[in-house]
Amino acid sequence: MKNIINKKDVEYVARLSRLKLKGEQTEKFTRQLNTILEYIEKLNELDTSKTEPTSHVVPLRNVRRKDFQKPSPTVEEVLKNAPDKERGYFKVPPIIE
Amino acid sequence: MEYEPVIGLEIHAELATKTKLFCSCSTKFGASPNSQVCPICMGLPGVLPVVNEKAVEHMIITALALNCTITRQTKFDRKNYYYPDLPKNYQISQQYFPFAKDGFLEIKLLGDEKKKIGIGNIHLEEDAGKNIHLENGKASLVDLNRTGIPLVEIVTKPDLRSPEEVEIFMDTLRDILLYTEVSDCKMEEGSLRFEANISVREKGQTHLPPRVEIKNLNSFKIVLLAIKHEIERQTKMLEKKEKVLQETRLWDEEKQITRLMRSKEEAHDYRYFPEPDLPPLFISEEEIEKIKKEMPELPNVRKERFITKYRMNEYDSRIILSDKETADFFEECLKLGENVYPGTSIFSKDIANWIAGPVTRYLNEHNTPLSKTQITPQYLVELISLVNKGLINQNTAKNILPEILEKGKAPQEIVKEKGLIQVTDEEEISQAVDKILKENQQVIDDFKKGKTNAFSFLVGQVMKSTKGKANPQTVNKLLKQKLEIL
Repeated sequence: MKNIINKKDVEYVARLSRLKLKGEQTEKFTRQLNTILEYIEKLNELDTSKTEPTSHVVPLRNVRRKDFQKPSPTVEEVLKNAPDKERGYFKVPPIIE
Repeated sequence: MEYEPVIGLEIHAELATKTKLFCSCSTKFGASPNSQVCPICMGLPGVLPVVNEKAVEHMIITALALNCTITRQTKFDRKNYYYPDLPKNYQISQQYFPFAKDGFLEIKLLGDEKKKIGIGNIHLEEDAGKNIHLENGKASLVDLNRTGIPLVEIVTKPDLRSPEEVEIFMDTLRDILLYTEVSDCKMEEGSLRFEANISVREKGQTHLPPRVEIKNLNSFKIVLLAIKHEIERQTKMLEKKEKVLQETRLWDEEKQITRLMRSKEEAHDYRYFPEPDLPPLFISEEEIEKIKKEMPELPNVRKERFITKYRMNEYDSRIILSDKETADFFEECLKLGENVYPGTSIFSKDIANWIAGPVTRYLNEHNTPLSKTQITPQYLVELISLVNKGLINQNTAKNILPEILEKGKAPQEIVKEKGLIQVTDEEEISQAVDKILKENQQVIDDFKKGKTNAFSFLVGQVMKSTKGKANPQTVNKLLKQKLEIL
């Protein structure tokens, strides 16, 4: 198995994703992610020097809508699945600036 | 050693659409929390964003107004970060193919000098929601009404060299956005927000030193205060041979200083990648041409025209061009005036004076826009011609103005009703003067002793006794003559 990413990279990505990894998980994910990346690396064998960069595979373009307002769901409905709420707001753990 | 600041601005303006960028929720300001949200702007799984065509139109207008090259095949990217006001955990923005780039905005500096400020790029993105931090520090509250409102971000090149230039640039840009109705630019509602990048270098140098970014600038006044403070701070550091580091600072409203923003190093790792849910946007030549044709004359161009063609002064032009409505009103008056006074520039001066003077004063005092009053261009022209023909004097005209503004009554009608036609008959005025002189021996003595305001008192008394209808010039002339021989 190649070492495309190491433990440090995984820890960094975990931090960016706000994930707490427990001891052996870091090692395990490093191993698993390397396997995935190694598999994906196969794509690099293709010669793409003459291919335009592609961001979308569906040949769609210019999908636009009119600036017409539609009713929004009620606040009750909006907050129905919220773990916590107060006076019509979503209530979340304190955000420290 | 002489130093100079190098300043660039990032401007966020909310586009004046009725609905959000990717969903049909209302963008109206001030609604109760979370009453203008839907699964799309809440970032629920399985939803599909669709671009608002009006937002695209506003972007084309902005790009044209700022002389930018429009990217003909543009697309969206995801900017990833975690913050509760952005429930998707990414903001849809445009990193790799911004909507338009390489433009400029010409600003007019003091003393008629002109300067082109480069525009690096402009791009379209969605706004985030609002967080309220509870005072006890135990929780934060989130309102997602603002989430997904379309924003244009305008990034200037570091071409500004002083707080004065920044102020003129901000004014010019705001006028354009207002005029083209791209944004309502209400800073107090957060429709227009600024960030500044500032560095200071020795004068004459051309390199760009590490720049300090200042966030949290919520009014024109604060932008200028923060920039001034930051220039001072960096200059002092350079004088002490200290190194200025690239960092992000915040404006501290309480202490009136900029302070370092606490942030982790990786805070800027946004891991941009193409937004797979939105197909690319192709902007066609026909689309651009159509909008170009429909675009109103830009305020800076119009101002130039007003100054050269109508010989309007800087002050008047500023007031009259402060919004499109007033400028249109002025030109409408001129068109009508042409019939009454063919080809006279004196008349355009009168109209400018009336709008920038008494009318604006009334609007300011009553805190109301011109559109909410009952005055029409016809009425203002009629009022001015009544004065110019000598039928009423300037004061009478000013006195009946509120009635025209409030009730939409024709000036001629008011004048007729109240019997305000000016008395120009010297005989009649002479009698009034004699009467006042007889009643005010003490004032005459004061006048003879050199008290100058005694004279204006007497003028006032005569005007009062004629109910303001006497021609003031005639009153002045007769009073002077009579006082000399007393």
